[in-house]
Order: sequence, then structure tokens, then C-alpha cells
Amino acid sequence: MARQKNKLAGLQRRKAISGYLFISPFIIGFLVFMIQPFIQSLYMSFCQVEIGSGIFVLHPAGIDNYIQAFRIDPEFTRLLTEELGRMVINSFAIMVFSFFVALILNQKFKGRALVRAIFFLPVILSSGVILGLETDNALMANLQVAIEETTQNISITETLEEILRTAGVGTRAFEEVFQVIDNIYDVAIASGIQIIIFLSGLQTISASMYEAAEIEGCTKWESLWKITFPMISSLFLVNWVYTVVDFCMRSDNEVIDKITTVMTGQLNYGFASAMSWIYFLIVMALVGVSSLIISKGVYYYE
Amino acid sequence: MSKEKGKTKKYAGFWERNRQSGGYLLKKEILSYGGSICRFILLFGMCFMILQPLLSKISVSFMTESDLYNPIVISVPEHFTTQNYLLAAQLMNYSKSIVNSFVISLTIAILQVAVATLVGYGFARFEFPFKKFWFACVMLVILIPPQTISTSLHLHFRFFDILGIFKLLTGETINLRGSVLPYYMMSAGCMGLKNGLYIYMIRQFFRTIPKELEEAAYVDGCGTLRTFVRIMLPDAKPILTSCFLFAFVWQWTDGFYSKLFLGSQSLVSTSLARLSDTLGAYIQRLMGTTTTVSLAYSNCIVSTGTLMIIMPLIVLYLFAQKGFVESLSSTGIKM
Repeated sequence: MARQKNKLAGLQRRKAISGYLFISPFIIGFLVFMIQPFIQSLYMSFCQVEIGSGIFVLHPAGIDNYIQAFRIDPEFTRLLTEELGRMVINSFAIMVFSFFVALILNQKFKGRALVRAIFFLPVILSSGVILGLETDNALMANLQVAIEETTQNISITETLEEILRTAGVGTRAFEEVFQVIDNIYDVAIASGIQIIIFLSGLQTISASMYEAAEIEGCTKWESLWKITFPMISSLFLVNWVYTVVDFCMRSDNEVIDKITTVMTGQLNYGFASAMSWIYFLIVMALVGVSSLIISKGVYYYE
Repeated sequence: MSKEKGKTKKYAGFWERNRQSGGYLLKKEILSYGGSICRFILLFGMCFMILQPLLSKISVSFMTESDLYNPIVISVPEHFTTQNYLLAAQLMNYSKSIVNSFVISLTIAILQVAVATLVGYGFARFEFPFKKFWFACVMLVILIPPQTISTSLHLHFRFFDILGIFKLLTGETINLRGSVLPYYMMSAGCMGLKNGLYIYMIRQFFRTIPKELEEAAYVDGCGTLRTFVRIMLPDAKPILTSCFLFAFVWQWTDGFYSKLFLGSQSLVSTSLARLSDTLGAYIQRLMGTTTTVSLAYSNCIVSTGTLMIIMPLIVLYLFAQKGFVESLSSTGIKM
């Protein structure tokens, strides 16, 4: 400890101390509220939990729960791979969509405030209890079908899809894209926050930069890649992490659904903890690797 | 006279100017108009897509029960009524729970954002030992599903103790269940709802602010805290407003933590989640016999309730929007 102190002398040491002071709320909170439940749930995943009245007993069971998750349970591995595949495609679609929308909303046009307000709605509509109520509201679904029926004959997307399908090249890739387009409402609902983060980033780029570029003969397309992209590249990282995490934690995620059912329905805490740890580790690895790749391209103003 | 002449020259006819520029002006005009039209169509479509469920909710909320079954009625109610609103308000205990929700969401959101700003700034701007490790902990907090640790948390607050201090002093642990306190404590310790995310967002934002600003302040004799408050905070207004909005909205509609910690309070989110059950009980009490409420009617009431809960958020957004739309103008060095 003494050597450490000597190494960080003077200003550097003072900065280190104030750094610790700044993050101290987090450290305290982490130690007091997180460590214990965290370790307990890890321990539980290696145990057979027996629930009594008011208390519960843990019987150490080695890696039985993990074996059960991968080799005995009929659903878990299937759900896991399905969800992860869906997550990668959807997260990508959400990123593209939200960046595109943020670029449009950052332009000047009449009624911009109104449109921005509308695009903020998904943040509200996709949050908390409302999302759950939305999905099992049969009345609303009926109304939507009624409205869709009126536009059935003039569907442009349908025609376009037909044309692209008959082209015969890369049909499987097209199918994935079509699926995203058909579920564009889900994408739009999930990308409210990302749009706002991108927008607040776009706001911080000063207009003089674009002016200078334009005078130098830069087209809009070039300045998008040379100015906008680098300036908000750090937000790409934020949004990517957020999108992936949000997708993993959503209540309509089937893995989470399965975990909750096992935990609250079957009261099998050990198995549920094991499953959530597997899921958690995989997602963590995925976020880690992908954000490492993205952060290589991030430009910081330092 | 000469001034006027200059003016007429400047505003020569469109075609004249077009001819002088060799057709460039016309091309530019057409492109910009075409762009606006495309943008309008796109935005109109997307706005409609987002608004459509909301609009159908509004139309349904004014329908009587017989309208719901009428196949001719789709979006304009035949018998206009506001009865649904009154019933939903009564069932949700609206006036009381909205005040509760407002107070709790506001205080929690402010607390969360304030703490997250401090921590985010610390991570963005200071070098200290084990920084990577602590940041990994932040990522851990973001990534861990709250469902996983909910049981442990429950027990944790049932037998609450900080590192065994209270047990040492009084010989007993404290039962904090059923009070609001644990949730405030968790928020102050950055462990509340999606708190890690705010830290991450704010840190990313502070990293993009030029270091020169800070160094200039240090050179001029500004202390660490003062630099933070006077120089960095005003710049962070857009991201802080966004974070505050998120925190408020998520807290407002959150069902998970509300159920876990704030069960004794009547909040809009929990009462909305319970609304269809409450409706069933209410109808049963009214009829005196065991009846089931029709799906359409209970959905209609739930839609009305959802609308009533969303409304305050939309109003809040309209006010707060300016905060994060405003660009950085007070900065010395422009980014």
C-alpha cells in the first residue's frame, strides 16, 4: 500500500483520491446491496433449495443444476439459441433504424417538435407494466387487424418483397430482412431511447463543422461519414450495449420468462439461479466481445 | 437609389438566376423539395405506426360496452360516453395514487440522476487504481437481471444490516420490509432501477467533452468540485435531462421494484397492473353474484387506465423536451 502511495505522487494522487470520492456512492451501494445477493444467487445455483415456512435450506448439489439446464431440460438450450439469434438481428435493426430516425429528426422542418414528441412515445409505451398489458390486449389487436385490412390491396412492401424473392439471390438473407420489416412496429417501439440518445449526441456537434466542410466542397453524404459518424461514435457503443441489454431483460424474452416460471411457479430456486447465471454469463460475454470490437472504432475527444 | 438597385439585382428572377448558375439552382431546389416530400411521407408513416395503438385506445375509451360488440363500430363510438374514465379512476384510486407516484418518481429520479452524474464523472475523468475493476462492476450491475437477485434482496431487507454493525450494537437486525426507505437507499447507492445504465450513459457523454476546458479551469485555480459544478455540469444538460426523463418514466411505469419495495403505497403502475382483477371484483360486488367480466370490456377499461397513466408523462415530456433539444452553446471550445 505504501509503495502504491509513493507511485502516485502529488497531483496524480490527489486526482485519484477525488476520483474515488466521486465514485464512492457506487462502491458503497455495490458493497452493501449487490455483493451479498449476488454471491447468494451464485451459491444457490450450486444447491438444491428446499423451501420451508419462512426459511429455506440449501443442500449443496455440485453442478447438477447446470447439467440439468444443458442436458435434461428439453427447452432451455433451444430457447437460449433462439433468443440470442433474434437478439443479434433485432439489435442490429434497432441500431440502424434509430440512427436513421435521429438523423431525420435532427433536420429542420415544420412540425419537428411534434414529430419528436411522437417518437418519444415508445419510451413510455415499451416500459414497465404497460408493455405486458399491451401484448395481451385482444381488443386492440382486433382493431389493428381491422385497420390493416383496409390497406391490404395497396401494400407496397408486399409487392417489393415478392419481386425480391423471385430474384432468387440471397433469399435467406432477404427473409431475415423481411421479417424485421414486417415487425417494424416492434423495432420502432424498442428504439425510443436509442433515438433520444443519438439525438442528444447529434445536438452536440456544432453546425460550424458542417459549414466548414460544405465550404471545402464536402457533400452531405461525405460529411455524414467524416463528421457525424466519428463525433457520435461513442454513442454507438452506448446504444449497442443498451439495446442488447434491454433485449435480454425484456419481460417478453422467453428465457427470462422460463426462469421466472421455474422460480415462482415451480419454486425451484436452484435450477432457476443456474439458468440465469448461464444466461447472464453468455450475454456478458457477448456484450463484452461486441463492445470491444465497436470501441476500437470509437473516437474520443481527448 | 443605388441601394435599391443592389436589392433588385440580388433578388433577380428565379429562372434568371437558374440560367446564370447553369441549371444548378433548379436541380438544388428540386432535390430539396423532393427530399422534404420523401421525409414527410416517411415520417407520416412512422408516426402513424406509433400513434395507431394510442388512437385506437382513445376511441375505445369513449365507447359503451354495446359499441364494443357492434361490428359496424370500428373507431368512432356510436354512443359517446365518459363513464369508462370515471370507472377506471375509481378503480385505480387515481387521485391518490397519482400523487404518490409523482412524489416517488420525482424524488427517485432526481436522486438517481444526481448520484449517477457524480459516479459517471468520476469514471470519465479521473485515473485511479482499480478503475477497470470498478467499471466492470458497473457493467455487472447493468447486466444482471433484477429477477435473479430479487429473492435475496427480499431476505436482505427483511434482516437488514450493514456489515454486521447493527447486530453488534443492538443485538438485532432491522426489518425494513414494507417501508419506502430501502428503495431510496438503493437508489442513493446506484443500485436502483437501471441505475448502472445512467452511469454508463453519463460517463460516455463526459468523455466526449474536451479536456482542455477542465484543465483551463484547474490552471485558473478552480477546485475539483467547483470545476465539476461550474464547468462540466452546464454542458451536460442535454444528457442529464434525457436521463432524468428516463428515470422518471421508468419509475412511473415500473412494476417490479414497486411491487418488491413499495407494495404498501398505492401507485399508478401497480394499480394499473391489477386493474382487470379489481374490475372483476368490483362487478362482482355490484351484481352480488359470481360473474365474469367480458374480455372486451375489461380490455376497454385497461386501455382507458393506460391512457390516463400515459397522459402525465406526455405532458412532462413536452415541458422537458427543450432541455435536451437545446444544443451546447455556453461552451468555450466548441466540439
